[in-house]
Amino acid sequence: MAIQSPSLEIAGAAPVRALTPASRGYWQSVRRRLGRDPVTLICTAVLLLIVASALAAPWLGLADPYKTSMIRRLYPLGSPSFLLGTDELGRDMFSRLIYGGRLSLFMGVTPVACALLIGGTLGITAGFSGGWVNMMIMRIMDVFYAFPSVLLAISLSGAMGAGAENTLIALTLVFIPPICRVSESVTTQVRGFDFVDAARASGASALTIVRVHVLGNVLGPILVYATSLISVAIILAAGLSFLGLGVKPPEPEWGLMLNTLRQAIYVNPVLAALPGVMIFITSICFNLMSDGLRAAMDVKA
Amino acid sequence: MDALLSNPDRGGPVQPLLTATGLRKHFPVMGGLLGRTTKVVRAVDDLSLSVAKGETLGVVGESGCGKSTVARLLIRLLKPDRGTMVLDGDPVDEPHGITINELRRQVQMVFQDSYASLNPRLTIVETLAFAPKAHGVPAAEARARSRDLLAKVGLDPNSFADRYPHELSGGQRQRVNIARALALQPRLVILDEAVSALDKSVEAQVLNMLVDLKSELGLTYLFISHDLNVVQYLSNRVLVMYLGKIVEIGDVDAIYGNPLHPYTRALLSARPSMNPRQRTQEAPIQGDPPNPIDPPSGCRFRTRCPFAEDVCAKAEPILTDTGAQEVACHMRVRNSGHTKAP
Repeated sequence: MAIQSPSLEIAGAAPVRALTPASRGYWQSVRRRLGRDPVTLICTAVLLLIVASALAAPWLGLADPYKTSMIRRLYPLGSPSFLLGTDELGRDMFSRLIYGGRLSLFMGVTPVACALLIGGTLGITAGFSGGWVNMMIMRIMDVFYAFPSVLLAISLSGAMGAGAENTLIALTLVFIPPICRVSESVTTQVRGFDFVDAARASGASALTIVRVHVLGNVLGPILVYATSLISVAIILAAGLSFLGLGVKPPEPEWGLMLNTLRQAIYVNPVLAALPGVMIFITSICFNLMSDGLRAAMDVKA
Repeated sequence: MDALLSNPDRGGPVQPLLTATGLRKHFPVMGGLLGRTTKVVRAVDDLSLSVAKGETLGVVGESGCGKSTVARLLIRLLKPDRGTMVLDGDPVDEPHGITINELRRQVQMVFQDSYASLNPRLTIVETLAFAPKAHGVPAAEARARSRDLLAKVGLDPNSFADRYPHELSGGQRQRVNIARALALQPRLVILDEAVSALDKSVEAQVLNMLVDLKSELGLTYLFISHDLNVVQYLSNRVLVMYLGKIVEIGDVDAIYGNPLHPYTRALLSARPSMNPRQRTQEAPIQGDPPNPIDPPSGCRFRTRCPFAEDVCAKAEPILTDTGAQEVACHMRVRNSGHTKAP
């Protein structure tokens, strides 16, 4: 702690300039608060590590994740040259877990991003327009709400058939209603503020008001909510793969790996649990990060 | 000065700046099984007023009497159920008149809650430049003009332009709100309880600034307040509202010096006295205002009026010119049937 200089104002001298600190914007103060939250920082770092290794998997010099061997099946953890052992077809687990992250993360993030775009637009439209527009959009969303999300995902991808694209579509459809509802409620709240009335009284068009006055105030909470959905999406996608409705073998994907390794659970339980551990770590990191974001953004400016 | 923001005086000095005739706003109360409208809140009921050029019209009344609804109707943040408005000879939102957007360029409003009426994510200069930019003023010019406006409301542009609302005090924020209302160079400014939330010394500063701005920019004010002293200080004419209706309207001296309606008298005598020898002796008015969902028949004030008679329940008093002011009371109408009628 620096000692404050006692004489900033000296008689006869010109006044000291710019003692007032520069004003901070909202996002700047959010970043500052995030920097003081170790849990969020650690979770973000772990997530970055998982994402980066998944993205860079082909260049990491890993073993071929598709290469099978009848001889070296179900090696335990720590075997020489197989750090995390081998799976039921003798493929290198470490390599498959890293490669599996590519599909699993993709299946987790993409549907949420698509749903954020569609559901967010619908929700903000509903919230800002009010009246019968709101009524129509939200009642349609209520129809989707009638089904439990897992059941909806299963029935949609069951109806469309297995495959990664169909899983993506099914998951997007599952996530549109909750994101739409959250967007609608925060937008309705913001619309009630006087500054929106003042903007309307200035004669600006609805689109300009939404762009300048509404988006900046609703995007934060919507994004936080969407981040918390990524973990759900990863788990749902893994669940669909586990049921045989998602990714097809031999693609490495955490949910599918859980499925194929479950026969080995009595032979090598630790090995069989590894894909689950990856799903757990990733989703809990996403959840804790979204909690941290919420806490950092919640403080009234 | 670009043509977009200049508002020429069209009708001449005699033409009132804003005339509203028969304004009515009933809010539906949803209820029942399918969200049907079961009842209506009669917030504003067939209210007519006109604001002359260059004057300050004060609007007073209890909470919930429809003052703010009137303000929002006049700037068309609410759509009236009925009634017409004429701005300087131009009918508003009519085939041969001006559009609502035109109206909003010439009529602006200052809200009561200084914090809620500023976007917390925008800097002060961004807030001030928003309306001119929406009307096509180039961004750089809008920002330059916003800095001038800040100086005009007594805030140093160098230290306030790039600040956020939460970094300002209540009085400073309300100055920004006033500057925002002036950004489109309006002719009429509606001040809806604009100084009510400020503490007394700041309130006095802002009031004096409003007086200065008015003469400097040739503004007309519609000043809504529940503070009778402030209204007396600022207004040329005063309008007294009760339950969505005008009970009395006239020059400030007539209303404060010789109030004719029992409600106006009750309001004025409820003011705390500055002189300890002249304490307010009794509660001049009893009870709460009746529910506007189901207002009393005839005169709406009769349930609390000490002079109420049978005629007050039967017929609704209409605004009658008494010379100095107009008043809606049976006691002031010849042969109305009231025993105190002249």
